[in-house]
Amino acid sequence: MSATVGGIDCDVHPAVPGLTALLPYFEPYWREQITVRGIDGLDLASFPSRVPAHGRADWRPAKGKPGSSLKMLQAQALDGFGSQLAICNPLYGAQALFNDHFAAAVARAINDWLIAEWLDREPRLRASMTVAVENAELAVDEIERLAADKRFVQVLFLAMGDAPLGRRHYWPIYAAAERHGLAIGVHAGSAARHATSSNGWPSYHLEDYALNAQAFQSQILNLIHEGVFAKFPTLKVVGIETGFTWLPNFMWRANKTWRGVRAEVPWVDRPPAEIMREHIRFTLQPTDAPPDPADMAVVLEQIGSDDMLLFSTDYPHAQFDGTEAFPAGFPEPARRRVLVDNPRRTYPRLQEAMS
Amino acid sequence: MSPEDGSILTAPREQRQSRARLKVIDCDVHHALGSLKDLHPYLSQRWREYLDVYGPRSPVPFTRSSPYPKAAPALSRTDSWPPNGGPPGSDLEFLQKQLLDANNIEYGMLHLLSPTGMDQRNQDFGAALATAINRWQYENWTQKDRRLKAAIVVPGEDAAAAVAEIERWAGNPDFVQVAMTTHTIEPLGRRRYWPIYQAAARHGLPIGLHTGGHNGHAVTGAGWCSYYVEEQHNVAISQQAVAMSMVCEGVFEQVPTLKVVIVEGGLAWVPSLAWRLDRHFDRMRAELPHLRRKPSEYLRSNIWYTTQPSDEPERPEDLRRIFDWMGWDRVLYATDYPHWDMDNPGQSIKLRLTEAEQKMIYADNARAVYGLA
Repeated sequence: MSATVGGIDCDVHPAVPGLTALLPYFEPYWREQITVRGIDGLDLASFPSRVPAHGRADWRPAKGKPGSSLKMLQAQALDGFGSQLAICNPLYGAQALFNDHFAAAVARAINDWLIAEWLDREPRLRASMTVAVENAELAVDEIERLAADKRFVQVLFLAMGDAPLGRRHYWPIYAAAERHGLAIGVHAGSAARHATSSNGWPSYHLEDYALNAQAFQSQILNLIHEGVFAKFPTLKVVGIETGFTWLPNFMWRANKTWRGVRAEVPWVDRPPAEIMREHIRFTLQPTDAPPDPADMAVVLEQIGSDDMLLFSTDYPHAQFDGTEAFPAGFPEPARRRVLVDNPRRTYPRLQEAMS
Repeated sequence: MSPEDGSILTAPREQRQSRARLKVIDCDVHHALGSLKDLHPYLSQRWREYLDVYGPRSPVPFTRSSPYPKAAPALSRTDSWPPNGGPPGSDLEFLQKQLLDANNIEYGMLHLLSPTGMDQRNQDFGAALATAINRWQYENWTQKDRRLKAAIVVPGEDAAAAVAEIERWAGNPDFVQVAMTTHTIEPLGRRRYWPIYQAAARHGLPIGLHTGGHNGHAVTGAGWCSYYVEEQHNVAISQQAVAMSMVCEGVFEQVPTLKVVIVEGGLAWVPSLAWRLDRHFDRMRAELPHLRRKPSEYLRSNIWYTTQPSDEPERPEDLRRIFDWMGWDRVLYATDYPHWDMDNPGQSIKLRLTEAEQKMIYADNARAVYGLA
């Protein structure tokens, strides 16, 4: 059995089958719109399901998208790693639609589908809620609608949306999240509002994927410097699938730049790295580890906190082989925290559901 | 200020002294126009009038201010305004005294930040501007102080015009590299820029990529940030995307002898970027069959990185890890004079360095890259 037994897997991906399959979860108006207009195929271009990286060969069903089978997810993600709980992050297009009303309807359908077809059928599953992230009013409505269901532990954003996530029009979402003990999850992926790099649109999928790290770096800067954590002192923001081995050098530069220019943002009253250690979390996979396993511990020392990493398999994405979700050289003493303690502290609603 | 004034808190006394005697090759020095009119002698009647009436035009909201107003007037140290007038960096004599003489600088690599010919929306004007800038640099700077070396400024969005500009100056020892902005219409690895790389490599000229320019793209993949404190950091983040693009597009397979110098992005990000690219290249290499080596190998063989703004780990010795991971031969020293966040050669690298390490970082790596005597 895997060394991850009893862990809380903070990133698994049940595949949303498509709008046609979600029709029962829409209001009649949207059922008609979707049917008459032939709307479907909102799978994110950031995660084309046939790309080998986005579906491990031994985790692909004979038919359908990787992550589309509850049975496989139960056997491979939950039983396979001995996880006590796993958090579902459905990646489907609600965050990237321009029509706010439609985005809210798709978000609602995804959430109700997730409840009926996954959460109600498997007690070890928890979930992120999908909301119309670009319309705070509609997003908060959805958070309030679902808040009583403690299986939802997080609100899901993409790393690259309309605007950096510190901007004030997003704040009502954070207020609602904080009120209900929900974390903000920022998952790799782009709504294609902006080029994935400030230098324009790259040619390759590999670059788009790798650039999620840079995008999340920019998100952290904006969240801190807009004062989100001064306003919402208990809010946690989780970078999901963004990597984290870049964190040391990013913290150093953030501290240095803040020291030079902090008069511009007087509400940031301590070094950004301190704020990150308190408020920012990362899922374990992918770990973009140094080639020498001995250096893994060095990177963790440089991060300077045992609180920031959350166990994840990223099922069914292909981030590692077998059941070795921890990268080589990851120190044993820190593993328990990553597996259980850190997820529990990041997602307080997990504790309520477990007690 | 002289190097002796700086103190390296962690370095023993004898090392501080040897550093004070050290020669420095400064890979990022900013000279400046006194005013745009300084270019008049080098422009045709048509473009003189265009410059005066329309001025430089790139995709930005304001005529003169940056969209993110900077930390200091002219982005510069308060003591760098020349006593005889003009903006910081515009007075050769004062620059000689304050930067070159005071810091024992053997060579200084000039990067003109503004205007550039590369981000002009009127491309004919951009080409005329680049030519004018190069003539101005030659007559007023490199010919007057042999320590100063210029970069051939090119209108890089128009590859044919850029190549013509390279051909105009290549072989002239005053010009030791080709300068392109980094905020380009397409990522710098894309093939519209390849003729420029081929021309540079043909003449043994590195491409100097100082962060800068405007391309109309948001400054992050997540949109426009709010504050200068972010933008200042985001330009360093964007240099990661520049390196990534040059590698992933296969530029170094097409032009294996091309040297690229990434300027003003710091460098502590290089190892983690290499790890990330290698890891995901492993998973997606079928998409990039044109790469015959791992991404990290190109980062290690074809790209050099300047130190400024110097990376300051919470534990100073961690900088040694960074140099070990990226390769000591990749590290080029830069001051970024006269900007407010410039690094002083006596103070900025807070790390115990052996004499051999000092020589590499402060001068010999750059000497090799630029083929300087």
